Amino acid sequence: MNSVMSHTIAPLLTVEAVRKAFPKPDGGELLVLEGVNVKLEAGQIVGLLGRSGSGKSTLLRLIAGLAEPSGGSLYFRGQPITGPVEGISMVFQSFALFPWLTVFENVALGLEAQHMAKAEIRKRSLAAIDLIGLDGFESAYPRELSGGMRQRVGFARALVVHPDVLLMDEPFSALDVLTAETLRTDFLDLWAEGRAPIKGVILVTHNIEEAVLMCDRILVFGSNPGRILSEINVTLPQPRKRLDPSFRELVERIYVEMTSHRTGAAAAAAAVASGRTERFPGLGIGSVLPRVSSNLLSGLIETVAAPPFNGTADLPKIASDLQMEIDELFPVAETLQLMRFAEVEGGDIKLTEAGLAFANAGLDERKRIFARHLLTYVPLAAHIRRVLDERASHAARKSRFIDELEDFMGEDDAEQTLRAVVSLARYAEVFAYNDETAAFSLENPV
Amino acid sequence: MNRTEPFAFVRDLASRWDAIAIVVVIGILTFFAEASRGLFAPISGLTAAPLSLDPVHLPFYAARTTLRMFTALVLSLLFTFTYATWAAKSARAEKLLVPMLDILQSVPILGFLSVTVVFFMSLVPGRVLGAEFASIFVIFTSQAWNMAFSFYQSLRTVPDELCDCCGSFRLSPWMRFWRLEVPFAMPALLWNMMMSMSGSWFFVVASEAIVVGHTNIALPGVGSYIALAIEQGNLHAIGWAIATMLVVILLYDQLIFRPLVVWGDRFRIDQEQGARAPHSWALTMMQRSRIVSALRVLFFAIVRWTSRKTPRPRALATLARAGTGRRTDLLWFVLLCVLVGLALWRIALMLIGETSLPEALQVAGLASITLLRVMVLIALASLLWVPIGIWVGLRPRATQIVQPVAQFLAAFPANLLFPAAVFGIVTWKLNPDLWLSPLMILGTQWYILFNVIAGASAMPVELRYAAQNFGVSGSLWWRKIALPGVLPYYVTGAITASGGSWNAAILAELASWRNVEVKAHGIGAYIAEATTAGDFHRIILGIAIMSLFVVAINRVFWRPLYYYAERKFRLT
Repeated sequence: MNSVMSHTIAPLLTVEAVRKAFPKPDGGELLVLEGVNVKLEAGQIVGLLGRSGSGKSTLLRLIAGLAEPSGGSLYFRGQPITGPVEGISMVFQSFALFPWLTVFENVALGLEAQHMAKAEIRKRSLAAIDLIGLDGFESAYPRELSGGMRQRVGFARALVVHPDVLLMDEPFSALDVLTAETLRTDFLDLWAEGRAPIKGVILVTHNIEEAVLMCDRILVFGSNPGRILSEINVTLPQPRKRLDPSFRELVERIYVEMTSHRTGAAAAAAAVASGRTERFPGLGIGSVLPRVSSNLLSGLIETVAAPPFNGTADLPKIASDLQMEIDELFPVAETLQLMRFAEVEGGDIKLTEAGLAFANAGLDERKRIFARHLLTYVPLAAHIRRVLDERASHAARKSRFIDELEDFMGEDDAEQTLRAVVSLARYAEVFAYNDETAAFSLENPV
Repeated sequence: MNRTEPFAFVRDLASRWDAIAIVVVIGILTFFAEASRGLFAPISGLTAAPLSLDPVHLPFYAARTTLRMFTALVLSLLFTFTYATWAAKSARAEKLLVPMLDILQSVPILGFLSVTVVFFMSLVPGRVLGAEFASIFVIFTSQAWNMAFSFYQSLRTVPDELCDCCGSFRLSPWMRFWRLEVPFAMPALLWNMMMSMSGSWFFVVASEAIVVGHTNIALPGVGSYIALAIEQGNLHAIGWAIATMLVVILLYDQLIFRPLVVWGDRFRIDQEQGARAPHSWALTMMQRSRIVSALRVLFFAIVRWTSRKTPRPRALATLARAGTGRRTDLLWFVLLCVLVGLALWRIALMLIGETSLPEALQVAGLASITLLRVMVLIALASLLWVPIGIWVGLRPRATQIVQPVAQFLAAFPANLLFPAAVFGIVTWKLNPDLWLSPLMILGTQWYILFNVIAGASAMPVELRYAAQNFGVSGSLWWRKIALPGVLPYYVTGAITASGGSWNAAILAELASWRNVEVKAHGIGAYIAEATTAGDFHRIILGIAIMSLFVVAINRVFWRPLYYYAERKFRLT
């Protein structure tokens, strides 16, 4: 019946050519979302999958009516979204429970805001609490509950207002693996049996398996600016099994999707042409660098170099072996690629000659290789080193480089990029940085 | 749950906590009735029925003193909820309101006393009420600023997700204020209220007996009692007054301070169960009492009812802080300029002609002497209390005993003890420039002690074990571990102590015993003399220069030191 209906009535949600930019202090703007189109039909769970910084949470806030788009338009049931809408409610990553309210009061809050009669509030709140498996906890305070129970309160609070659309912002990522799995299954059961009073779901996640497990459609997001790279329909029947070959195949495909788009030479060239500062590979000092510990870099090189991988590893396999989310794994892999220690292609990571040499070297030799690659392939490091070499004092203030970076990126990104370079340079011992005086120098601290 | 029990009606009627609660509530009511008696009496009544040094009257005087404090606290709360909310919600107002608060916070309040007395007296001419207002206003100025600051800071740091949650449920601004913002700000606000209350005992005592020119006011209260005792040189009476204050502050600590702090614990946003749940018998009493819980239900019913009456925001109104239109911005800026210009003009008019540049320089010289005194005293107090504080803080049992005592001493109005010191100076003919100085830090040194204790007890046990493990001891241990570990706390304490000492200077640099006046050179004595003489030009000049000094010292010394300590030595 649902499928018939959906052809005749407007989709639950429509996002058309949405663009979002934040003003920068210098008068420019920071583009976080561009040209985003999303459609949510009744009966669907749509996943927004991407790394942090790809603007997917921003999109969720736009849909919730908590922020205004800089361009494009959003519709809920055919009506433009101009503010928080009755009929859309949200579940938060950090639960966002009010610590001074009991479970019942937390759940009832949304109904109270609607000025509903007291008896009705009570009836509906208790029903929602029941539905989500919280009965008996009505009078508990959030601090008395475990993480899983807290997020159940988050769900009950979102469902009690009987929304048509439920927005979920990484709802399971603050939970431990087992709890997250239980909660996911419980939610899918509610959804499949139609017991939850919702017609459609948008799920923001950076967990590929979670997306494949739950969604009917996955939109893969890219960064700088946030945009949809590809759309994947998941037709596997529910309940899905993680060990199913077709499940694994889909996960693998998404890994390929997420690694190839960002690193393809064509994408980089396009970025240069359009004046955008793509994260990778290095395109002058304007690229934003992620903060990655040198321990993780050498750790990943060693892991890939050692058996059973012997120099080439499947990223999903490595991610599950090392228990790393893509948010943690990708920056490390990409920094290795930037420094030409590895190539990331088609969901695989493959060490280069230099990477293998690094893996087999002793500490001093490793530092020498690392320093050479840092100065050759990370333009910002080379730039700082050059400035320090040229000056008689062999010293320079941090603000000098921050100013330069801010021509290309936002304040926070500039700070992060500089910190990232400092961390790499310290390991390589190519220059020193004193945080107290905020100054770079060539001296080795005693 | 609905099981009938024998004598259920008795239990419904009153639990044993109710009995105590009734006594307390009625006691409070009596206290209000008693204390407000005579508020509307004509001012001549004050002279007709002069204060008596008979200790029998002290409970009544103490009640009046306390009532002033609580009235001021209510006013401070009102101020906090409006001023700080305005500053936090409007980007435009914020630009002026926040720096203003910062300055007000560092201006020596006691200097205002004389000015405000005259102002309020003229509002309600010939009534005691005017003098009461003036006194309450001084107490208010000693309480309000840091409360407003803490509230403003809390409003600016409400977690985004909680805001989003309120936004997506479309809570009205009124409902959001009571359900999200006030509860979120509660722990910090409560703590600041407590600090304010502690600090204001000093001012309530100082503001009761005022001589401004020919106006001689002695409001019934412990402060006036002391003033009279000084005039008559009655040491016994001073002893009684000190004992009374001890009792009052003890009661306030047990009945108000502790219950509030324990109760405020539930509003903490970090959701982990506190390591040690604080405890208060008075709170237990209030929570178990049906009467108090009925009052609470009533309060929340009012919040709900008013929330219902306020309309829900429609569209994007909830989104951002007040938008910034170009033209309104300009208008606002022009208005500011006019205001500042007007103020400057008034100040100039007041000072030019009546005072001169050489005099201003001379006052600046006096201020430098006071500055030297404050700095030397803080240094001496630090030398004494930092090692003791660290020693105590590292021993949990000692901390349990010393910490409440230190906090108690910080709350105790040290000006009550001044007469004893002055008596000594007069008797032994000591040099006032030297011997009056310690009075300035008498009440404020405790801030250093209890902050250092707090810092030392917060030091992670692993760090101490590590130090032991590597055999770090002696001066190395002090230099590398103990002192850096407590530095952020110490600086917080020293800032409070220094601010308080400037205020105390106004009382301490010019003191008297019977008819003998003892005077030290300094800006405090200058302001005090100008007050007694009712010379408003010199009062304004004195306050202005003192404020300049305090603000300058805060900006060039204390604040950088604080941020440095925060950045480098915070152990979290």
